[in-house]
Amino acid sequence: MSDRPGDAIRALVAGHADFATGLVSAVELISGRGGVLMPIEVAGLCGADIEELLARTLAHSDVRVIFTDLQAGSCTMAARRVQRSMPGVVLVAGANLPMLLDFALSSEPDLAVAAVSAAEKGRASVNVFGGAA
Amino acid sequence: MTLVLNRIDDRLIHGQVVVGWGQPLDVRFIVLVDDTVAASDWEQELYRMGVPPEMEVRFHSALDAERCLDAYRREAAPGILVVGDIATMRHLVERGGVREVNVGGIHHRVGRVQHLRYVFLTEPEQEALRDLAALGATVTAQDVPAARAVPLDELLAAREIA
Repeated sequence: MSDRPGDAIRALVAGHADFATGLVSAVELISGRGGVLMPIEVAGLCGADIEELLARTLAHSDVRVIFTDLQAGSCTMAARRVQRSMPGVVLVAGANLPMLLDFALSSEPDLAVAAVSAAEKGRASVNVFGGAA
Repeated sequence: MTLVLNRIDDRLIHGQVVVGWGQPLDVRFIVLVDDTVAASDWEQELYRMGVPPEMEVRFHSALDAERCLDAYRREAAPGILVVGDIATMRHLVERGGVREVNVGGIHHRVGRVQHLRYVFLTEPEQEALRDLAALGATVTAQDVPAARAVPLDELLAAREIA
């Protein structure tokens, strides 16, 4: 992660296997702003422990945005549970690299707005080249 | 078709179930047996949110489920049974006709020892799995279809360093 001044953590990233660390390292490599994203390691944890980890991490910071991978994934499920007790939390499921880059580089001060904008960017960045006509 | 998988997984419905097993087995419905989820509309909506539209989720308490499983096994489409703990699966082995048990995910908790990357057990939980086998169920551990099904004796003998 970046140690640049001003790179306060703005969102958590959680998902299967090395999804979070991989994407955050890619954001860092491309933008130099990986430090605004905190990867959450969940290997070996049950759903309740993932929920507790997310809630504890949010409680000890000002972060209110979570990016996850699969909508059916246990990190998404855990984050949805966290939202029940922390209604201000924004969850974006289905995160991809263009989405996280957009969020990391955003100058939007309202991070909830930045998350919604990044989600649109990520959705629009999927293209298919070649294949069956 | 029938219930093609009877799974113990403390994460209940998640990526491995919906995508890992669901897609290759063309699963059309998931039977989620959990007393807490069965009593909560919010919990049910949470799990419904995680599955694609072509996959149905049916929620039951353990008592409900014992009466429904035979009918589910006679359906034309394949389905998956998921419970969150060994005790619920024992109920369904004793009263619901379950004969094959997949240990798909019992994760880290204080007091549990790691046996596989995705299976952590206390001593009583080890005994509870042995009891399932003594009741006539074939118990194996397997997180995804591409992995090897680990027999119960091998699972209980295995120790991994976290």
